[in-house]
Amino acid sequence: MDLDFTEKDEAFREEVREFLNEKLPKRLSDKVRQGQRLTKADMEEWHAILNERGWLAPHWPVEWGGTDWSVVQRFIFETETAMAHAPRVVPFGVSMLGPVLIKFGTEEQKKHWLPRILDGSDWWCQGYSEPGAGSDLASLKTSAVREGDHYVINGQKTWTTLAQCANKIFCLVRTSKEGKKQEGISFLLVDMDTPGVEVRPIKLLDGDHEVNEVWFSDVKVPVENLVGEENKGWTCAKYLLSYERTNIAGVGASMAAFERLKEVARTTRRNGSALIEDSLFAARMAEVEIDLENMRTTNLRVLDSVGRGQTPMAESSMLKIRGTEIRQKITALMRRAAGRYAQPFLDEALEGGFNGEPVGPGWAAPVASQYFNNRKLSIFGGSNEVQREIIGKSMMGL
Amino acid sequence: MDFSLGDDRRMMADSLSRYFADTLGWEARQAAAESEAGFSRDMWAGLAELGVLGLLFGEEAGGYGGSAFDAGAVFAEVGKALATGPFLGTLLGGNILEAAGEADLLGEVIAGSKILTFADDPAMDSNGVVTDPVKAVKEGEAWRLSGAKGVVDYLGSADLIVVTAEADAGWASFLVEADAEGVERRAYPLVDGGAAGELTLEGASARLLVSGEDAISKARALGLVATVWEAVAVMEVLRDATIEYLGTRKQFGVPIGAFQALKHRMTSVALEIEQARSAAINAAAYFAKDPATRDRYGSAAKYTAGKVGALTAEEAIQMHGGIGMSWEMPLSHFAKRLVMLDHVLGDEDAHMARYLKLASAA
Ligand SMILES: Cc1cc2nc3c(=O)[nH]c(=O)nc-3n(C[C@H](O)[C@H](O)[C@H](O)COP(=O)(O)OP(=O)(O)OC[C@H]3O[C@@H](n4cnc5c(N)ncnc54)[C@H](O)[C@@H]3O)c2cc1C
Repeated sequence: MDLDFTEKDEAFREEVREFLNEKLPKRLSDKVRQGQRLTKADMEEWHAILNERGWLAPHWPVEWGGTDWSVVQRFIFETETAMAHAPRVVPFGVSMLGPVLIKFGTEEQKKHWLPRILDGSDWWCQGYSEPGAGSDLASLKTSAVREGDHYVINGQKTWTTLAQCANKIFCLVRTSKEGKKQEGISFLLVDMDTPGVEVRPIKLLDGDHEVNEVWFSDVKVPVENLVGEENKGWTCAKYLLSYERTNIAGVGASMAAFERLKEVARTTRRNGSALIEDSLFAARMAEVEIDLENMRTTNLRVLDSVGRGQTPMAESSMLKIRGTEIRQKITALMRRAAGRYAQPFLDEALEGGFNGEPVGPGWAAPVASQYFNNRKLSIFGGSNEVQREIIGKSMMGL
Repeated sequence: MDFSLGDDRRMMADSLSRYFADTLGWEARQAAAESEAGFSRDMWAGLAELGVLGLLFGEEAGGYGGSAFDAGAVFAEVGKALATGPFLGTLLGGNILEAAGEADLLGEVIAGSKILTFADDPAMDSNGVVTDPVKAVKEGEAWRLSGAKGVVDYLGSADLIVVTAEADAGWASFLVEADAEGVERRAYPLVDGGAAGELTLEGASARLLVSGEDAISKARALGLVATVWEAVAVMEVLRDATIEYLGTRKQFGVPIGAFQALKHRMTSVALEIEQARSAAINAAAYFAKDPATRDRYGSAAKYTAGKVGALTAEEAIQMHGGIGMSWEMPLSHFAKRLVMLDHVLGDEDAHMARYLKLASAA
């Protein structure tokens, strides 16, 4: 056994580092490192830089603008970009819709939609969840009725991340009420400028506008926007979930966050000595670090089996559970490190380019908000409870 | 043994509860918590009129309570209503005024005509290092204070500030008028609602209240009791709301509370909250004992409240799913307050460390 990357992979890592050195704007990495808000323009800027290099959608096939990287190379790429504090690629078009279109879309659909994801013409959002259909997604009610060469959609989606930035939404809709509830669902692409689509903001507990309700009243969608067969949308949805998710553990993001925590624990002083020398705090840090190192190897083991042609199911659920727990623990330690200074809320310090006087340690400004916001990690993308159900069923037959 | 609050205290707690229910409905609470002052002046005046603030102090100081259980009973209601306001500053600063025999001044605080706060935590610089600790210097008969204090509750609204400072002869507490020369205040809102501020003193004129650290330690200890009682009340609100949600929210055709994965975790949360309530009772019951015993139980309680608080807040949000994260739901604000209470007067780790020290000395 050998944990080292091959020479070729190491050379690849160098190439990625050079690229980040040269192309990642400091203005963006500063914002990410300091936990400041990214604007739509910031995210688009980073997408464009990646796209120029052909690295926006590494997991797509080369013919559609992807790469021929191995899963290990993708892992290296994810880790290096996160460690460099690059903005996260917005997943909805690149990581969610793209693979579905590549697998289930018609030739015309692929030709039309895929390039528009890469060049930024379309910003997609994900219309799955509804007020009554969260974990039990298949019970969704938003309906689409075929009328001539259109579907007419009525209903409501909720928790739609960044719908306020999007011009397109992919939706799971009910096209039949017969048979099993999974069998009457279709996958539709909707232009958000269509009359009858309304986006209403939802404020989250940290005060930010990140998610929305999306309402549909008599929204007409051309039938060519159906992906896959009518009433077979659940297959697309499931594919999305089981789609080999090399980055689901967020190891890179955790490594970056942990480095930041270490930096902070070295400078911050509590009762006369550095926080990193506080035995209780140091033990908490060590616990997370050990878990993270273990997770990195678990992740690489899963990637190795994917590289050998296996499809992970329970494994990606395991990566999701432990990966999000680690992320949440790191943000909890950041708030703990801030002591009383976790509590002041300086809205302006969360904006890029803030050069006012911080209150207490400058790094403390976003830590409480991030801690609260990161509760979402164990709720969305299939809650951690639902992931445990998947493991129980698929791996243990229970 | 008697685990009841006692009739008088129960009556006051009930009337406080009714007062909050009548005047501090959810919308009013939110408006107050988000206002510049961070609390409602009208509510404060109403509390003073009710006589609630007097329950925090002894008879000689013009109050009619002053025990740790009195403070606990008041702060439990504050927690239940998620009220914002200078409660803690009034309790701690007032406790020092009481020790100093400043009955007249305290009378004004109890009557609501003066807002009091307590500046004790040191300020930190941009690297997280304690900066510019407050020093007291005697000039003739007068004292002058210089230095900085961090995250002082409701500093922007305060008329009077009790400041802890080091003089040549050791720690002491002083009274500073908020509008005196050499007093600089930078006010800001808090992430869980309410407000605080950074205090900078440059030769501000001050009055010596009590010399020595004992009175300061006692005030902090009383603050621990109050904070823990508040935290437990917040936990109970979160617990009840979550149990109700588990019984009503349906997924897969059944109430989600029917899933053992959630049911058993919720029972663990409920069990831990009972432990936290007992810790709060211990802290109040041993408050009047010798300082070492008092502080051991104070730390035990604050440690427990910190640990159980984070568990309760995190589980309440998790079991609510997406809706648990929305600003609209009171639940998320209770969760934020609960987690932030761990940051007040020393967190779980700080109190575990202090407990270890005290326990090994005992
Ligand atoms: C910040 C954020 C962003 C989001 N972005 C999007 C988006 O862009 N698009 C989109 O479609 N959705 C999005 N979601 C929605 C997310 O996918 C749902 O919140 C999630 O599926 C859970 O559904 P729910 O909120 O209805 O909770 P519920 O399903 O009601 O769950 C409540 C609790 O019950 C538990 N539970 C449910 N079933 C079981 C079971 N069988 N066994 C044990 N426990 C169970 C859950 O794990 C949870 O703890 C987002 C959510 C958040 C918080």
